[in-house]
Amino acid sequence: MEALVKLRGVSKTFGAATALHPLDLAVERGKTTVLIGPSGCGKSTLLRLIIRLLEPDRGTVDFDDEPITSANIAERRQQIGYVIQDGGLFPHLTARDNVMLMARHLGRPADESNARLQELCALTRFPADALSRFPVELSGGQRQRVSLMRALALSPRLLLLDEPLGALDPLVRAALQKDLREIFTRLQQTVILVTHDLAEAAYLGDRIVLMNEGRVVQEGTIRDLREKPTSEFVTDFVSAQRSLVLT
Amino acid sequence: MKTVGALLLLSILPAVAQEPVIVGSKKFTESYVLAEIAQRSLGNAGIRAAHRQGMGGTIILWEALRTGQISAYPEYTGTIAEEILKLSPPLSLEAMRQELAQHGVGITEELGFNNTYALVMRRSVAERLGLRTISDLRAHQQLQFGLTHEFIARRDGWTPLAQRYGLATPRVRGIDHGIGYEALRNGSVDVKDAYSTDAKIAENDLVALEDDLRFFPQYKAVFLYRLSLPGPAITQLQSLAGTLDEPRMIRLNAEAERTKDYARAADLYFNTSGSHGETLPHKLLRWTARHLQLAGIALLLSVVVGVPLGIVASRGGALGHAILSITGVVQTIPSLALLALLVPLPFFGISGRTAIAALFLYGLLPIVRNTATGLQDIAPPIRESAIALGLSAAAQLRQIYLPIASRTILAGIKTSAVINIGTATLAALIGAGGLGEPIISGLNLNDHATILQGAIPAAVLALVVQWSFDLLDRLLIPKGLRL
Repeated sequence: MEALVKLRGVSKTFGAATALHPLDLAVERGKTTVLIGPSGCGKSTLLRLIIRLLEPDRGTVDFDDEPITSANIAERRQQIGYVIQDGGLFPHLTARDNVMLMARHLGRPADESNARLQELCALTRFPADALSRFPVELSGGQRQRVSLMRALALSPRLLLLDEPLGALDPLVRAALQKDLREIFTRLQQTVILVTHDLAEAAYLGDRIVLMNEGRVVQEGTIRDLREKPTSEFVTDFVSAQRSLVLT
Repeated sequence: MKTVGALLLLSILPAVAQEPVIVGSKKFTESYVLAEIAQRSLGNAGIRAAHRQGMGGTIILWEALRTGQISAYPEYTGTIAEEILKLSPPLSLEAMRQELAQHGVGITEELGFNNTYALVMRRSVAERLGLRTISDLRAHQQLQFGLTHEFIARRDGWTPLAQRYGLATPRVRGIDHGIGYEALRNGSVDVKDAYSTDAKIAENDLVALEDDLRFFPQYKAVFLYRLSLPGPAITQLQSLAGTLDEPRMIRLNAEAERTKDYARAADLYFNTSGSHGETLPHKLLRWTARHLQLAGIALLLSVVVGVPLGIVASRGGALGHAILSITGVVQTIPSLALLALLVPLPFFGISGRTAIAALFLYGLLPIVRNTATGLQDIAPPIRESAIALGLSAAAQLRQIYLPIASRTILAGIKTSAVINIGTATLAALIGAGGLGEPIISGLNLNDHATILQGAIPAAVLALVVQWSFDLLDRLLIPKGLRL
């Protein structure tokens, strides 16, 4: 397997609480890796360590076989897209300006940027006539599509999604899940997706990393987790979610 | 940036740079009238002169003269000996001249009248109690005394007077001179200090109690001036000597108080008929322009300094706390005290600079605090998104945080602007002009109409400023935040 991101012995504590025990993880190029587990298991922390919203206590994060440091993080962030649950859109900017912010900041030519914007609208099924609306004027699903466009604007090598569909109603959520899968496949995008919903993980993930209390409990496909659980926790987690799906 | 531009426009309205002979006056009618006469006399001789009205008490005027912020002002011999030179009278004019010369200050010959202190009462009360002399007060210690702050503190004022006459300290209250007459009329005080040439004595049917122990020294009016003044200017001031006896001075004071216009009293002195004066609309325009200039420059400085301080303060830590605490403490200093503290400092003194500095300091807190609060209130997901995008720290601040905090920051600037318009009325106390000028004259003359000439425009101005900022909100706050 060819890894784009490798975590080596990465750990993080908040005061006395350990959020992440020393951990190794490889994220495969062109695939979707899903981090799943109960609240507080450290899955979001892991994502924030990769994009350096948090500094690891120990260990290194390699991006393309090169450690991410405070010296190169600014450049790395431009190669990483990041989408969070409520979108994190800037309320004072229109959808268009949110998406094009970095391209403008980096002085990209306007016609190139506009072409990219049209591409992104088509890709994310976002209506182009809504581009001049402000975030408060958009629905929850539209906001997440804009947030996704913003994350994809510079054609990032890595896409980080932190519970991107967590706050949406089931119908919108299902539609976006379908669109996301198409987008990931079409772009052959390397993705790390954080969710607590096993069905979503199974639908979108090539590889699932189940976490609990700051440790990786089991890694593999959804089939591995169901059929070859390595501990009682895995069995419990999978069955709890399955029972929800079945009812 | 747009804000800064708009404020710049506000602040450059009137130009100021001139170098006329500045004649100062103390905060009472006679001093205004004498200074007005001096200014007119200099003007008649072709010397450019300006009158800086009602700057304060003896110490402020003396310091302003000594340090060259004014060139001349009317003073009294008793005050020169007691308060300025701290020597016991009687002191000859010649002896004073020698002492004053050491400070680079000259003294004219006496103008002619003696304006000594007196204790005055309503005639009806004095007659009912059978009071004729200050000694008679000993038997009536229940009387309420309402004395000016200066008289209470003077070396030839209340304390030694009470000692000399054996008056056990009765009830003494400090009260403004003009308001004291009002208090006397409505009976809330029984005795107050006055100047013997004060037109109010006759006007309000008051009697002066005889200084039977000859306590008060002579207060012969003179002009003090800087020895560095050009010869013709000094000659002109000297020419006023011996031209004002007591009845004439009382008449001029009465004219000033009757017409509410010091210039009219000067007209009477020069026997010119009074069509020279500024019309009220013109005066209002001048006061308002000056007022806006003071408040505008101060606000501009507050914004330029306050927003960066607020940005630093928003990051918390010891420095952030220090910034918020210090700007907070400045706000608790009473504005009059802040002016008084700034006046003796070099560079400041009796000038528009001091007023602007005080207004600037008052304007800081709302801007610093609102900037800090506005930035701190930005939701963590927004901050993290800005960081994760890879924007530089400067771009995060300029493109994301400041626009999102703009509503709160502008609210702070608006608060500062309105406070500034109100506080700027105090600038007139240190001769910096503005709408405070008629307010202070009016307080002095105890004339409500004159007070309102300043108070109403100031209130209207505050409203206009408020409305202008409401409009500015629409221009400067991004549309996405107003939906």
